[in-house]
Amino acid sequence: MTKRTKIDARGAHCPGPLMELIAGLRLVEKGDEIEILSNDKGSLKDIPIWVQKAGHALGSIEELQEYYSIVVEKVKT
Amino acid sequence: MSKRIIIVGSGIGGTIVANGLCNILGSEIARREISVSMLSATDKHFYQPGLFYLPFGKFRESDLYKNQKEVLDDRIHFKVDPVTKIDIQDNTITTESDNIHEYDYLVIATGSRIRPDLIPGMKQSAHWFYDLDGARRLREALEDFKGGRVVINVNAPHKCPVAPVEVTFMMHSYLKERGLLENSEITYTYPIGRLHGIEPVSNWLEPEFESLGIRSETFFNTKEIVPSKRSIETEEGASLPYELLIAIPPHSGAQLIEDSNLGVGGWVPTDPQTLLLEGSNNVFVLGDTTNIPISKAGSTAHFEADVIIENLSALITEGRWAKNYDGKVFCFIETTDEKATYISFNYENPPRVGAPNQMIHWAKIGYNRLYWLSIKGLL
Ligand SMILES: Cc1cc2nc3c(=O)[nH]c(=O)nc-3n(C[C@H](O)[C@H](O)[C@H](O)COP(=O)(O)OP(=O)(O)OC[C@H]3O[C@@H](n4cnc5c(N)ncnc54)[C@H](O)[C@@H]3O)c2cc1C
Repeated sequence: MTKRTKIDARGAHCPGPLMELIAGLRLVEKGDEIEILSNDKGSLKDIPIWVQKAGHALGSIEELQEYYSIVVEKVKT
Repeated sequence: MSKRIIIVGSGIGGTIVANGLCNILGSEIARREISVSMLSATDKHFYQPGLFYLPFGKFRESDLYKNQKEVLDDRIHFKVDPVTKIDIQDNTITTESDNIHEYDYLVIATGSRIRPDLIPGMKQSAHWFYDLDGARRLREALEDFKGGRVVINVNAPHKCPVAPVEVTFMMHSYLKERGLLENSEITYTYPIGRLHGIEPVSNWLEPEFESLGIRSETFFNTKEIVPSKRSIETEEGASLPYELLIAIPPHSGAQLIEDSNLGVGGWVPTDPQTLLLEGSNNVFVLGDTTNIPISKAGSTAHFEADVIIENLSALITEGRWAKNYDGKVFCFIETTDEKATYISFNYENPPRVGAPNQMIHWAKIGYNRLYWLSIKGLL
């Protein structure tokens, strides 16, 4: 079954949501998902670009109250 | 009955908390109403930021550490007996010598450690300066280096967000001083699409690196190092050759945390405001081992320690909560020509970078000495 881990990176100026996502992906299995919460608008751009470059899969992007929820599936080990 | 506070880990976070509690709770400790104990994996206190200067011959090894007893208040029960298990249900911890200690309040400050073993080929082929052994080996490699391609390869997650930037500038100065810059090339690699996690730092770095002729590669996540080819292969499909590889390896938290089922990767789920272990009201967590998405830095541990000291003292003596942590972090950034700048930020206010100057450099050099007073709570 797909496991989903949540990383709350709101207010994370350093090293920032994408770095938290990369670190988080190290800790989950292939096929698992990470939901990352970010209030940095830049995440809407830099997370999808990196996910594509690194060969993982973008699940969903949702705009919530004052933050975004982005789901990424780990496709490679 | 006396309240027992146990602190696990004797690095910067644990030491500041222990000394700070003694400063505030002196009379309760004298009346034996409160006891403060520290369990450590080592009898030495290590000043990790000094490691960065060591490979370049700018810091003496003997200035890197002191005996832990020397930096601790005499009222702290200090024992070198690494903790093997924390049981938050029973409020007990077990140590390597099979002793079981009960606590009323626990402070976890077990830090983080480099894991070059997580990337195939890294342990055998890369240099680093994030531990003493690595810094010594890098010092030797630099002494023998005759020029060539130097790669500074940053991997996530890692502590001290600015050390990789500082080592890049330092490397440039070092090669220049030794007349090796002409036949060398420095490349800095970073996991995301810019030069640093902090956008203002990245914006400041771009022209700085360009003016010094430092190359950079972004979206660069190391998959493996191939020793036979002397090359780094990335998750993104790139390949980069090197003659000297200085890696910032990925980090994990302490093994103890995973062994006690307290957090995947050794990162403990921690409330970002209260610094309590999530779901607990008597276990505090600080420093590198929290899962709070902010810089893993000594200054972070220091500011968190100040908050824990106040809350723990107020809880025990007055049954009240004193204050929340606001996410404060402060980092010096050493650049070139004996100049430095700094960044300071919290959860609400993003960082900005000012122009480097010599005053800030001397402030950092001064801090390298004042550290020993600061962890005693004397600054
Ligand atoms: C090269 C380098 C340069 C740096 N430069 C800076 C800088 O300029 N500014 C800055 O702010 N930060 C800097 N840092 C980062 C800083 O040193 C760390 O972020 C800081 O030490 C974290 O504090 P801590 O108390 O969480 O962990 P640590 O200081 O690492 O202490 C953890 C302690 O826990 C102990 N421990 C682990 N497991 C157990 C166990 N099972 N039982 C008992 N004890 C245990 C360890 O032995 C250690 O004593 C730098 C780090 C490095 C490596």
